[in-house]
Amino acid sequence: MKLHLKTKVDKLGIDDRVSRITKRSLKSEAKFQGLKMILSMIDLTTLEGMDTTKSVEQLCYKATHLHKELPDLPNVAAVCVYPNMVKTASNFLKDCEVKVASVATAFPSGNSSIEVKIQETNEAISNGADEIDMVISRGKFHSGEYNYVFDEIATIKESCGNHARLKVILETGELGDYDHIRLASEIAIKAGADFIKTSTGKIKSAATLPITLVMLEAIKDHYYTTGKMVGMKPAGGISNSKLALQYLLLVKETLGNLWLDKHWFRFGASSLANDVLMQILKQKTGFYQSNNYFSKD
Amino acid sequence: MSKRIKILKTYKIFIDGKFPRTESGRYTQLKKDNIPLANVCLSSKKDIKNAVLSARNAFESWSNKSAYNRSQVLYRIAEMLEGNKNQFLEELILQGVDSKKAILEIDQSIDRIIYFAGWADKINPIFGSVNPVASSHFNFTILEPMGVVAIVAPEDSSLLGLISSIIPVIVSGNTTVSIASEKLPLCAISLAEVISNSDVPNGVVNIVTGEKEELAPHLAQHMDVNALGLNLENKVLKDKMVFEATNNLKRVVDISQYNIQESEFEAPYIVKNFMEAKTTWHPIEKDFTSSNKY
Repeated sequence: MKLHLKTKVDKLGIDDRVSRITKRSLKSEAKFQGLKMILSMIDLTTLEGMDTTKSVEQLCYKATHLHKELPDLPNVAAVCVYPNMVKTASNFLKDCEVKVASVATAFPSGNSSIEVKIQETNEAISNGADEIDMVISRGKFHSGEYNYVFDEIATIKESCGNHARLKVILETGELGDYDHIRLASEIAIKAGADFIKTSTGKIKSAATLPITLVMLEAIKDHYYTTGKMVGMKPAGGISNSKLALQYLLLVKETLGNLWLDKHWFRFGASSLANDVLMQILKQKTGFYQSNNYFSKD
Repeated sequence: MSKRIKILKTYKIFIDGKFPRTESGRYTQLKKDNIPLANVCLSSKKDIKNAVLSARNAFESWSNKSAYNRSQVLYRIAEMLEGNKNQFLEELILQGVDSKKAILEIDQSIDRIIYFAGWADKINPIFGSVNPVASSHFNFTILEPMGVVAIVAPEDSSLLGLISSIIPVIVSGNTTVSIASEKLPLCAISLAEVISNSDVPNGVVNIVTGEKEELAPHLAQHMDVNALGLNLENKVLKDKMVFEATNNLKRVVDISQYNIQESEFEAPYIVKNFMEAKTTWHPIEKDFTSSNKY
Protein backbone atom coordinates (compact mmCIF):
# COMPACT_ATOMS: atom_id res chain seq x y z
CA MET A 1 0.00 0.00 0.00
CA LYS A 2 1.24 3.45 -0.84
CA LEU A 3 1.11 5.77 2.11
CA HIS A 4 1.69 9.46 1.59
CA LEU A 5 0.31 12.89 2.34
CA LYS A 6 -2.76 13.06 0.18
CA THR A 7 -5.62 14.45 2.21
CA LYS A 8 -5.23 18.16 2.71
CA VAL A 9 -6.94 19.36 5.84
CA ASP A 10 -8.89 22.61 5.65
CA LYS A 11 -7.25 24.32 8.61
CA LEU A 12 -9.46 27.41 8.56
CA GLY A 13 -12.56 25.24 8.31
CA ILE A 14 -11.48 23.11 11.26
CA ASP A 15 -10.64 26.09 13.44
CA ASP A 16 -13.87 27.82 12.53
CA ARG A 17 -15.96 24.74 13.29
CA VAL A 18 -14.29 24.40 16.69
CA SER A 19 -14.69 28.06 17.53
CA ARG A 20 -18.42 27.73 16.91
CA ILE A 21 -18.61 24.64 19.13
CA THR A 22 -16.87 26.45 21.99
CA LYS A 23 -19.35 29.31 21.90
CA ARG A 24 -22.25 27.03 22.73
CA SER A 25 -23.18 25.73 26.11
CA LEU A 26 -25.29 22.89 27.42
CA LYS A 27 -27.81 23.65 30.14
CA SER A 28 -29.82 21.82 32.80
CA GLU A 29 -30.98 18.31 31.89
CA ALA A 30 -28.87 17.95 28.74
CA LYS A 31 -25.84 19.07 30.72
CA PHE A 32 -26.63 16.61 33.50
CA GLN A 33 -26.90 13.71 31.06
CA GLY A 34 -23.72 14.86 29.34
CA LEU A 35 -21.82 14.94 32.63
CA LYS A 36 -22.88 11.39 33.46
CA MET A 37 -21.89 10.28 30.00
CA ILE A 38 -18.45 11.86 30.45
CA LEU A 39 -17.94 9.91 33.66
CA SER A 40 -18.77 6.66 31.90
CA MET A 41 -16.21 7.44 29.19
CA ILE A 42 -13.22 8.28 31.37
CA ASP A 43 -10.06 6.21 31.29
CA LEU A 44 -8.86 7.05 34.78
CA THR A 45 -5.16 7.31 34.26
CA THR A 46 -2.02 7.08 36.34
CA LEU A 47 1.23 6.94 34.41
CA GLU A 48 3.88 8.09 36.80
CA GLY A 49 7.30 6.73 37.56
CA MET A 50 6.35 6.82 41.22
CA ASP A 51 3.23 4.64 40.88
CA THR A 52 3.05 1.97 43.55
CA THR A 53 0.73 -1.04 43.81
CA LYS A 54 -1.06 0.81 46.60
CA SER A 55 -1.56 3.97 44.56
CA VAL A 56 -2.88 1.90 41.66
CA GLU A 57 -5.27 0.05 43.98
CA GLN A 58 -6.40 3.42 45.28
CA LEU A 59 -7.10 4.51 41.71
CA CYS A 60 -9.04 1.30 41.03
CA TYR A 61 -11.09 1.92 44.15
CA LYS A 62 -11.83 5.40 42.93
CA ALA A 63 -12.84 3.99 39.53
CA THR A 64 -15.52 1.86 41.14
CA HIS A 65 -16.61 4.21 43.95
CA LEU A 66 -16.76 7.65 42.43
CA HIS A 67 -18.69 9.48 45.12
CA LYS A 68 -20.85 7.71 47.64
CA GLU A 69 -23.15 10.67 48.17
CA LEU A 70 -24.27 10.32 44.57
CA PRO A 71 -25.53 6.74 44.23
CA ASP A 72 -26.77 6.65 40.61
CA LEU A 73 -23.45 7.34 38.96
CA PRO A 74 -21.90 5.17 36.27
CA ASN A 75 -18.42 3.78 36.79
CA VAL A 76 -15.59 5.08 34.67
CA ALA A 77 -14.81 3.07 31.54
CA ALA A 78 -11.32 1.90 32.42
CA VAL A 79 -8.21 2.51 34.41
CA CYS A 80 -5.05 3.11 32.43
CA VAL A 81 -1.73 2.03 33.92
CA TYR A 82 1.81 0.99 33.06
CA PRO A 83 2.32 -2.70 32.11
CA ASN A 84 3.90 -3.64 35.45
CA MET A 85 0.71 -2.48 37.23
CA VAL A 86 -1.70 -4.45 35.04
CA LYS A 87 -1.79 -7.45 37.38
CA THR A 88 -2.59 -5.26 40.37
CA ALA A 89 -5.35 -3.46 38.52
CA SER A 90 -6.91 -6.54 36.94
CA ASN A 91 -6.95 -8.36 40.28
CA PHE A 92 -8.69 -5.43 41.87
CA LEU A 93 -11.20 -5.01 39.05
CA LYS A 94 -11.83 -8.67 38.18
CA ASP A 95 -15.47 -8.67 39.33
CA CYS A 96 -16.59 -5.48 37.69
CA GLU A 97 -17.00 -4.10 34.23
CA VAL A 98 -14.29 -1.45 34.50
CA LYS A 99 -11.65 -2.37 31.94
CA VAL A 100 -7.92 -2.41 32.46
CA ALA A 101 -5.97 -0.51 29.86
CA SER A 102 -2.21 -0.75 29.67
CA VAL A 103 0.17 1.47 27.80
CA ALA A 104 2.74 -0.56 25.92
CA THR A 105 5.39 -0.45 23.18
CA ALA A 106 7.99 1.52 25.12
CA PHE A 107 5.57 4.21 26.19
CA PRO A 108 5.92 7.20 25.95
CA SER A 109 8.75 7.49 23.39
CA GLY A 110 8.17 4.28 21.48
CA ASN A 111 11.90 4.05 20.89
CA SER A 112 12.51 0.34 21.13
CA SER A 113 12.75 -2.68 18.86
CA ILE A 114 9.63 -4.35 17.54
CA GLU A 115 10.52 -7.54 19.43
CA VAL A 116 10.55 -5.74 22.74
CA LYS A 117 7.25 -4.06 21.89
CA ILE A 118 5.57 -7.37 21.03
CA GLN A 119 6.91 -8.92 24.20
CA GLU A 120 5.61 -6.03 26.32
CA THR A 121 2.19 -6.19 24.67
CA ASN A 122 1.88 -9.94 25.17
CA GLU A 123 2.87 -9.64 28.79
CA ALA A 124 0.30 -6.93 29.47
CA ILE A 125 -2.41 -9.01 27.83
CA SER A 126 -1.52 -12.19 29.66
CA ASN A 127 -1.59 -10.23 32.92
CA GLY A 128 -5.17 -9.25 32.20
CA ALA A 129 -5.15 -6.06 30.13
CA ASP A 130 -8.39 -5.57 28.18
CA GLU A 131 -7.01 -2.70 26.18
CA ILE A 132 -3.57 -1.77 24.88
CA ASP A 133 -2.54 1.86 24.37
CA MET A 134 0.44 1.77 22.01
CA VAL A 135 2.52 4.69 20.75
CA ILE A 136 3.60 5.07 17.15
CA SER A 137 7.25 5.59 16.21
CA ARG A 138 7.30 9.32 15.57
CA GLY A 139 10.91 9.27 14.47
CA LYS A 140 10.13 6.82 11.68
CA PHE A 141 7.05 8.82 10.78
CA HIS A 142 9.11 11.98 10.36
CA SER A 143 11.67 10.09 8.28
CA GLY A 144 8.88 9.25 5.89
CA GLU A 145 8.98 5.55 6.75
CA TYR A 146 5.22 5.34 6.82
CA ASN A 147 5.22 1.64 5.96
CA TYR A 148 7.32 0.91 9.03
CA VAL A 149 4.80 2.75 11.19
CA PHE A 150 1.96 0.87 9.49
CA ASP A 151 3.61 -2.53 9.90
CA GLU A 152 4.40 -1.89 13.52
CA ILE A 153 0.77 -1.06 14.34
CA ALA A 154 -0.42 -4.09 12.36
CA THR A 155 2.03 -6.34 14.23
CA ILE A 156 0.87 -5.12 17.63
CA LYS A 157 -2.73 -5.48 16.48
CA GLU A 158 -1.94 -9.10 15.63
CA SER A 159 -0.59 -9.61 19.17
CA CYS A 160 -3.77 -8.14 20.59
CA GLY A 161 -5.90 -10.49 18.50
CA ASN A 162 -9.29 -10.98 20.09
CA HIS A 163 -7.96 -10.49 23.60
CA ALA A 164 -7.53 -6.76 23.72
CA ARG A 165 -8.69 -3.67 21.87
CA LEU A 166 -5.89 -1.58 20.47
CA LYS A 167 -5.64 2.18 20.96
CA VAL A 168 -3.00 3.87 18.86
CA ILE A 169 -1.45 7.01 20.34
CA LEU A 170 -0.33 9.38 17.59
CA GLU A 171 1.28 11.92 19.97
CA THR A 172 -0.08 14.72 17.83
CA GLY A 173 2.05 17.34 19.56
CA GLU A 174 5.08 15.81 17.85
CA LEU A 175 3.57 15.31 14.41
CA GLY A 176 3.46 18.86 13.09
CA ASP A 177 0.54 20.25 11.10
CA TYR A 178 -3.00 18.98 10.60
CA ASP A 179 -2.09 17.25 7.32
CA HIS A 180 0.41 15.03 9.10
CA ILE A 181 -2.02 14.31 11.92
CA ARG A 182 -4.57 13.30 9.31
CA LEU A 183 -2.03 11.02 7.61
CA ALA A 184 -1.02 9.39 10.89
CA SER A 185 -4.71 8.84 11.68
CA GLU A 186 -5.24 7.16 8.32
CA ILE A 187 -2.20 4.94 8.79
CA ALA A 188 -3.34 3.85 12.25
CA ILE A 189 -6.91 3.20 11.12
CA LYS A 190 -5.84 1.21 8.07
CA ALA A 191 -3.38 -0.81 10.13
CA GLY A 192 -6.20 -1.99 12.34
CA ALA A 193 -6.49 0.40 15.29
CA ASP A 194 -9.67 0.00 17.33
CA PHE A 195 -9.16 3.49 18.71
CA ILE A 196 -6.98 6.40 17.71
CA LYS A 197 -5.73 8.51 20.58
CA THR A 198 -4.20 11.99 20.54
CA SER A 199 -1.47 12.06 23.14
CA THR A 200 0.61 10.36 25.77
CA GLY A 201 0.08 13.18 28.25
CA LYS A 202 3.84 13.25 28.68
CA ILE A 203 4.59 16.30 26.56
CA LYS A 204 3.28 19.81 26.93
CA SER A 205 1.15 19.85 23.82
CA ALA A 206 -1.74 17.46 24.42
CA ALA A 207 -5.27 16.96 23.11
CA THR A 208 -7.06 19.98 21.65
CA LEU A 209 -10.46 20.32 20.05
CA PRO A 210 -9.16 21.10 16.53
CA ILE A 211 -6.77 18.13 16.54
CA THR A 212 -9.56 15.88 17.76
CA LEU A 213 -11.78 17.14 14.98
CA VAL A 214 -9.11 16.34 12.37
CA MET A 215 -8.93 12.79 13.72
CA LEU A 216 -12.72 12.46 13.92
CA GLU A 217 -12.93 13.47 10.25
CA ALA A 218 -10.48 10.68 9.38
CA ILE A 219 -12.69 8.23 11.29
CA LYS A 220 -15.76 9.51 9.50
CA ASP A 221 -14.23 9.12 6.04
CA HIS A 222 -13.13 5.61 6.91
CA TYR A 223 -16.65 4.80 8.10
CA TYR A 224 -18.18 6.14 4.88
CA THR A 225 -15.84 4.12 2.65
CA THR A 226 -15.72 0.85 4.59
CA GLY A 227 -18.63 0.94 7.05
CA LYS A 228 -16.25 0.15 9.91
CA MET A 229 -16.30 2.13 13.13
CA VAL A 230 -13.12 3.28 14.87
CA GLY A 231 -13.04 4.78 18.36
CA MET A 232 -11.53 8.06 19.45
CA LYS A 233 -9.69 8.98 22.62
CA PRO A 234 -8.47 12.50 23.31
CA ALA A 235 -6.03 12.48 26.22
CA GLY A 236 -4.12 15.01 28.25
CA GLY A 237 -5.15 18.48 29.27
CA ILE A 238 -8.88 17.77 29.53
CA SER A 239 -9.40 18.65 33.15
CA ASN A 240 -12.74 20.43 33.34
CA SER A 241 -16.32 19.53 32.58
CA LYS A 242 -16.99 22.43 30.27
CA LEU A 243 -14.21 21.39 27.93
CA ALA A 244 -15.24 17.72 28.11
CA LEU A 245 -18.81 18.65 27.16
CA GLN A 246 -17.44 20.49 24.14
CA TYR A 247 -15.67 17.28 23.09
CA LEU A 248 -18.97 15.43 23.33
CA LEU A 249 -20.63 18.06 21.13
CA LEU A 250 -17.83 17.71 18.61
CA VAL A 251 -18.22 13.93 18.48
CA LYS A 252 -21.99 14.03 18.24
CA GLU A 253 -21.94 16.53 15.42
CA THR A 254 -19.11 14.90 13.48
CA LEU A 255 -19.85 11.21 13.91
CA GLY A 256 -23.36 11.07 15.34
CA ASN A 257 -24.99 9.29 18.28
CA LEU A 258 -23.43 5.90 17.49
CA TRP A 259 -20.13 7.18 18.87
CA LEU A 260 -21.63 8.57 22.08
CA ASP A 261 -20.76 5.40 23.91
CA LYS A 262 -17.79 4.31 25.97
CA HIS A 263 -17.18 1.57 23.43
CA TRP A 264 -16.29 4.22 20.85
CA PHE A 265 -15.27 7.31 22.73
CA ARG A 266 -13.00 7.81 25.75
CA PHE A 267 -11.37 10.59 27.69
CA GLY A 268 -7.83 9.97 28.91
CA ALA A 269 -7.72 12.00 32.10
CA SER A 270 -6.84 11.97 35.76
CA SER A 271 -8.35 15.08 37.28
CA LEU A 272 -11.42 15.34 35.04
CA ALA A 273 -13.50 12.90 37.10
CA ASN A 274 -13.51 15.08 40.21
CA ASP A 275 -14.44 18.18 38.28
CA VAL A 276 -17.36 16.34 36.67
CA LEU A 277 -18.46 15.05 40.08
CA MET A 278 -18.35 18.59 41.45
CA GLN A 279 -20.45 19.81 38.54
CA ILE A 280 -23.00 17.04 39.03
CA LEU A 281 -23.32 17.87 42.71
CA LYS A 282 -23.61 21.54 41.80
CA GLN A 283 -26.48 20.69 39.42
CA LYS A 284 -28.20 18.77 42.21
CA THR A 285 -27.69 21.14 45.14
CA GLY A 286 -27.33 24.50 43.41
CA PHE A 287 -24.14 25.15 45.39
CA TYR A 288 -20.64 25.45 44.03
CA GLN A 289 -18.48 22.65 45.39
CA SER A 290 -15.03 22.31 46.92
CA ASN A 291 -12.32 19.84 46.01
CA ASN A 292 -11.86 19.14 49.72
CA TYR A 293 -14.93 16.94 49.82
CA PHE A 294 -13.90 14.60 47.00
CA SER A 295 -11.37 11.80 47.11
CA LYS A 296 -8.01 12.55 45.62
CA ASP A 297 -7.04 10.36 42.73
CA MET B 1 -8.20 74.58 19.30
CA SER B 2 -11.27 72.46 19.78
CA LYS B 3 -12.38 71.51 23.26
CA ARG B 4 -10.77 68.33 24.54
CA ILE B 5 -13.07 65.37 25.09
CA LYS B 6 -12.69 63.92 28.57
CA ILE B 7 -11.72 60.26 28.75
CA LEU B 8 -14.15 58.52 31.06
CA LYS B 9 -13.05 55.51 33.02
CA THR B 10 -14.71 52.14 32.51
CA TYR B 11 -15.26 50.53 35.89
CA LYS B 12 -14.84 46.78 35.60
CA ILE B 13 -14.43 44.06 38.23
CA PHE B 14 -11.25 42.58 39.69
CA ILE B 15 -10.71 38.84 39.41
CA ASP B 16 -7.39 37.00 39.50
CA GLY B 17 -5.38 40.18 38.98
CA LYS B 18 -7.29 41.04 35.83
CA PHE B 19 -10.08 43.50 35.13
CA PRO B 20 -12.73 41.61 33.18
CA ARG B 21 -16.24 42.84 32.46
CA THR B 22 -18.91 40.86 34.22
CA GLU B 23 -19.57 37.53 32.52
CA SER B 24 -23.28 38.42 32.47
CA GLY B 25 -22.77 41.60 30.45
CA ARG B 26 -25.11 43.50 32.79
CA TYR B 27 -24.53 47.08 33.84
CA THR B 28 -26.17 49.76 35.89
CA GLN B 29 -25.65 53.46 35.47
CA LEU B 30 -24.51 55.39 38.50
CA LYS B 31 -25.97 58.90 38.51
CA LYS B 32 -25.62 62.02 40.57
CA ASP B 33 -28.19 64.80 40.11
CA ASN B 34 -29.27 63.01 36.94
CA ILE B 35 -25.80 63.28 35.44
CA PRO B 36 -24.31 59.88 34.62
CA LEU B 37 -21.14 59.18 36.61
CA ALA B 38 -20.17 55.73 35.48
CA ASN B 39 -21.39 52.36 34.29
CA VAL B 40 -20.93 49.76 37.00
CA CYS B 41 -20.90 45.98 36.48
CA LEU B 42 -23.80 44.00 37.87
CA SER B 43 -21.79 40.85 38.52
CA SER B 44 -23.35 37.40 38.42
CA LYS B 45 -23.06 34.01 40.09
CA LYS B 46 -20.43 32.97 37.56
CA ASP B 47 -18.24 35.96 38.41
CA ILE B 48 -18.48 34.84 42.03
CA LYS B 49 -17.47 31.34 41.00
CA ASN B 50 -14.45 32.62 39.06
CA ALA B 51 -13.42 34.88 41.92
CA VAL B 52 -13.58 32.08 44.49
CA LEU B 53 -11.59 29.81 42.19
CA SER B 54 -8.92 32.46 41.81
CA ALA B 55 -8.80 33.07 45.57
CA ARG B 56 -8.46 29.33 46.18
CA ASN B 57 -5.61 29.02 43.72
CA ALA B 58 -3.82 31.98 45.28
CA PHE B 59 -4.16 30.71 48.84
CA GLU B 60 -1.33 28.22 48.99
CA SER B 61 1.44 30.51 47.86
CA TRP B 62 0.14 33.60 49.71
CA SER B 63 -0.23 31.76 53.01
CA ASN B 64 3.19 30.16 52.58
CA LYS B 65 4.97 33.46 52.16
CA SER B 66 6.86 34.56 55.21
CA ALA B 67 4.84 36.81 57.51
CA TYR B 68 7.50 39.47 57.10
CA ASN B 69 7.10 39.36 53.33
CA ARG B 70 3.31 39.69 53.55
CA SER B 71 3.88 42.68 55.75
CA GLN B 72 6.07 44.29 53.10
CA VAL B 73 3.53 43.60 50.39
CA LEU B 74 0.77 45.29 52.39
CA TYR B 75 3.03 48.23 53.14
CA ARG B 76 3.47 48.60 49.41
CA ILE B 77 -0.32 48.98 48.97
CA ALA B 78 -0.21 51.91 51.36
CA GLU B 79 2.65 53.47 49.40
CA MET B 80 0.74 53.15 46.14
CA LEU B 81 -2.41 54.55 47.70
CA GLU B 82 -0.46 57.54 48.98
CA GLY B 83 0.59 58.33 45.42
CA ASN B 84 -2.96 58.01 44.07
CA LYS B 85 -4.72 60.20 46.63
CA ASN B 86 -6.19 62.60 44.08
CA GLN B 87 -8.11 59.96 42.23
CA PHE B 88 -9.75 58.73 45.42
CA LEU B 89 -10.46 62.26 46.54
CA GLU B 90 -12.26 62.97 43.29
CA GLU B 91 -14.29 59.77 43.55
CA LEU B 92 -15.24 60.26 47.18
CA ILE B 93 -16.44 63.76 46.40
CA LEU B 94 -18.36 62.48 43.37
CA GLN B 95 -20.02 59.99 45.65
CA GLY B 96 -21.17 62.76 47.95
CA VAL B 97 -18.51 63.00 50.68
CA ASP B 98 -17.42 66.59 51.46
CA SER B 99 -13.82 67.30 50.65
CA LYS B 100 -12.53 67.64 54.21
CA LYS B 101 -14.02 64.33 55.25
CA ALA B 102 -12.76 62.74 52.06
CA ILE B 103 -9.18 63.79 52.79
CA LEU B 104 -9.53 62.42 56.30
CA GLU B 105 -10.95 59.13 55.03
CA ILE B 106 -8.07 58.63 52.62
CA ASP B 107 -5.44 59.38 55.26
CA GLN B 108 -7.19 57.07 57.69
CA SER B 109 -7.30 54.32 55.04
CA ILE B 110 -3.58 54.55 54.36
CA ASP B 111 -2.72 54.55 58.05
CA ARG B 112 -4.96 51.57 58.59
CA ILE B 113 -3.10 49.51 56.00
CA ILE B 114 0.19 50.40 57.68
CA TYR B 115 -1.25 49.47 61.06
CA PHE B 116 -2.43 46.01 60.01
CA ALA B 117 0.65 45.34 57.85
CA GLY B 118 2.63 45.45 61.06
CA TRP B 119 0.64 42.61 62.58
CA ALA B 120 1.70 40.02 59.99
CA ASP B 121 4.63 38.71 62.02
CA LYS B 122 3.26 39.58 65.45
CA ILE B 123 -0.03 37.71 65.56
CA ASN B 124 1.52 34.37 66.39
CA PRO B 125 3.97 35.69 69.00
CA ILE B 126 1.02 37.33 70.78
CA PHE B 127 -1.75 34.77 70.35
CA GLY B 128 0.18 31.56 69.88
CA SER B 129 1.10 29.70 73.04
CA VAL B 130 3.05 26.90 74.61
CA ASN B 131 0.57 25.00 76.73
CA PRO B 132 1.23 23.24 80.03
CA VAL B 133 0.13 19.61 79.70
CA ALA B 134 0.43 16.72 82.14
CA SER B 135 2.17 14.28 79.83
CA SER B 136 5.48 13.99 78.06
CA HIS B 137 4.53 16.25 75.21
CA PHE B 138 5.64 19.61 74.03
CA ASN B 139 2.25 21.16 73.39
CA PHE B 140 1.85 24.36 71.41
CA THR B 141 -0.83 26.33 69.63
CA ILE B 142 -0.36 28.45 66.54
CA LEU B 143 -2.85 30.42 64.50
CA GLU B 144 -3.21 29.63 60.82
CA PRO B 145 -5.14 31.41 58.06
CA MET B 146 -8.52 29.86 57.28
CA GLY B 147 -8.44 29.89 53.49
CA VAL B 148 -10.84 31.77 51.23
CA VAL B 149 -12.76 34.50 53.06
CA ALA B 150 -15.79 36.14 51.47
CA ILE B 151 -16.37 39.75 52.45
CA VAL B 152 -19.44 41.90 52.13
CA ALA B 153 -18.15 45.47 52.39
CA PRO B 154 -20.04 48.20 54.23
CA GLU B 155 -22.52 50.31 52.24
CA ASP B 156 -21.68 53.78 53.46
CA SER B 157 -17.90 53.75 53.77
CA SER B 158 -16.68 52.99 50.30
CA LEU B 159 -12.91 53.23 50.78
CA LEU B 160 -12.12 52.97 54.49
CA GLY B 161 -14.82 50.35 54.96
CA LEU B 162 -13.53 48.12 52.20
CA ILE B 163 -9.89 48.47 53.23
CA SER B 164 -10.74 47.77 56.86
CA SER B 165 -12.59 44.63 55.79
CA ILE B 166 -9.92 43.27 53.46
CA ILE B 167 -6.53 44.11 55.00
CA PRO B 168 -6.96 42.42 58.43
CA VAL B 169 -8.11 39.30 56.59
CA ILE B 170 -5.29 38.96 54.08
CA VAL B 171 -2.51 39.96 56.47
CA SER B 172 -2.55 36.48 58.02
CA GLY B 173 -2.47 34.67 54.67
CA ASN B 174 -6.14 34.36 53.78
CA THR B 175 -7.34 35.22 50.29
CA THR B 176 -10.54 37.14 49.66
CA VAL B 177 -13.55 37.74 47.47
CA SER B 178 -15.30 41.02 48.29
CA ILE B 179 -18.60 42.49 47.23
CA ALA B 180 -18.14 46.26 47.10
CA SER B 181 -20.59 48.84 48.36
CA GLU B 182 -23.64 48.77 46.10
CA LYS B 183 -24.38 52.49 46.21
CA LEU B 184 -20.75 53.67 46.23
CA PRO B 185 -18.68 51.24 44.15
CA LEU B 186 -16.23 53.63 42.47
CA CYS B 187 -13.46 53.60 45.08
CA ALA B 188 -13.58 49.82 45.24
CA ILE B 189 -12.47 49.40 41.65
CA SER B 190 -9.86 52.14 41.94
CA LEU B 191 -8.56 50.38 45.03
CA ALA B 192 -8.38 47.22 42.94
CA GLU B 193 -6.17 49.10 40.48
CA VAL B 194 -3.90 50.19 43.30
CA ILE B 195 -3.69 46.63 44.58
CA SER B 196 -3.04 45.35 41.09
CA ASN B 197 -0.15 47.83 40.72
CA SER B 198 1.39 46.91 44.05
CA ASP B 199 3.02 43.54 44.82
CA VAL B 200 -0.08 41.65 45.90
CA PRO B 201 -0.14 38.32 44.01
CA ASN B 202 -3.06 37.72 41.64
CA GLY B 203 -6.12 36.25 43.31
CA VAL B 204 -5.34 37.32 46.88
CA VAL B 205 -7.84 40.14 46.55
CA ASN B 206 -10.85 39.83 44.26
CA ILE B 207 -13.53 42.52 44.13
CA VAL B 208 -16.90 42.37 42.40
CA THR B 209 -19.63 45.00 42.15
CA GLY B 210 -23.36 44.46 41.90
CA GLU B 211 -26.42 43.73 43.95
CA LYS B 212 -25.61 42.31 47.35
CA GLU B 213 -28.91 40.58 47.72
CA GLU B 214 -28.25 38.65 44.54
CA LEU B 215 -24.55 37.93 45.01
CA ALA B 216 -23.96 37.45 48.72
CA PRO B 217 -25.97 34.20 49.15
CA HIS B 218 -23.80 32.50 46.53
CA LEU B 219 -20.76 33.21 48.64
CA ALA B 220 -22.50 31.86 51.72
CA GLN B 221 -23.46 28.67 49.86
CA HIS B 222 -20.14 28.12 48.14
CA MET B 223 -18.50 24.99 49.58
CA ASP B 224 -15.01 26.32 48.87
CA VAL B 225 -15.41 29.47 50.98
CA ASN B 226 -14.12 29.03 54.53
CA ALA B 227 -15.33 32.14 56.31
CA LEU B 228 -17.58 35.15 55.86
CA GLY B 229 -16.82 38.69 56.96
CA LEU B 230 -20.10 40.55 56.93
CA ASN B 231 -21.04 44.20 57.04
CA LEU B 232 -24.78 43.96 56.46
CA GLU B 233 -27.56 46.19 57.67
CA ASN B 234 -30.20 44.14 55.87
CA LYS B 235 -31.27 41.79 58.68
CA VAL B 236 -33.09 39.35 56.40
CA LEU B 237 -30.08 38.94 54.14
CA LYS B 238 -27.75 38.63 57.10
CA ASP B 239 -29.84 35.85 58.64
CA LYS B 240 -29.96 34.08 55.30
CA MET B 241 -26.17 34.28 55.02
CA VAL B 242 -25.66 32.91 58.52
CA PHE B 243 -28.07 30.07 57.77
CA GLU B 244 -26.45 29.14 54.46
CA ALA B 245 -23.01 29.27 56.04
CA THR B 246 -23.85 26.18 58.08
CA ASN B 247 -23.57 24.01 54.94
CA ASN B 248 -19.83 23.60 55.27
CA LEU B 249 -19.51 25.15 58.73
CA LYS B 250 -18.13 28.47 57.57
CA ARG B 251 -17.09 30.83 60.28
CA VAL B 252 -19.16 34.01 60.24
CA VAL B 253 -17.60 37.22 61.54
CA ASP B 254 -19.84 40.24 61.88
CA ILE B 255 -17.44 43.06 61.03
CA SER B 256 -20.15 45.65 61.58
CA GLN B 257 -19.83 45.05 65.32
CA TYR B 258 -16.56 47.00 65.14
CA ASN B 259 -16.67 50.71 64.57
CA ILE B 260 -14.76 51.08 61.34
CA GLN B 261 -14.59 54.89 61.44
CA GLU B 262 -12.83 55.02 64.79
CA SER B 263 -9.24 54.28 65.67
CA GLU B 264 -10.43 51.68 68.17
CA PHE B 265 -10.94 49.44 65.13
CA GLU B 266 -7.18 49.13 65.02
CA ALA B 267 -6.70 46.07 67.20
CA PRO B 268 -5.35 42.60 66.45
CA TYR B 269 -8.54 40.77 67.46
CA ILE B 270 -10.11 41.28 64.06
CA VAL B 271 -7.10 39.57 62.50
CA LYS B 272 -7.39 36.70 64.96
CA ASN B 273 -11.06 36.31 64.09
CA PHE B 274 -10.13 35.10 60.63
CA MET B 275 -7.58 32.56 61.83
CA GLU B 276 -7.84 28.97 62.99
CA ALA B 277 -5.97 27.71 66.04
CA LYS B 278 -3.93 24.57 65.54
CA THR B 279 -2.61 22.71 68.56
CA THR B 280 0.20 20.22 68.23
CA TRP B 281 1.18 17.48 70.69
CA HIS B 282 4.80 16.83 70.08
CA PRO B 283 6.20 13.80 71.96
CA ILE B 284 9.29 14.54 74.02
CA GLU B 285 11.54 12.30 76.04
CA LYS B 286 10.74 13.81 79.36
CA ASP B 287 8.94 11.43 81.69
CA PHE B 288 6.68 13.75 83.65
CA THR B 289 5.86 11.06 86.24
CA SER B 290 9.37 11.21 87.62
CA SER B 291 9.34 14.94 88.15
CA ASN B 292 7.09 17.27 90.00
CA LYS B 293 6.94 19.62 87.05
CA TYR B 294 4.55 19.07 84.20
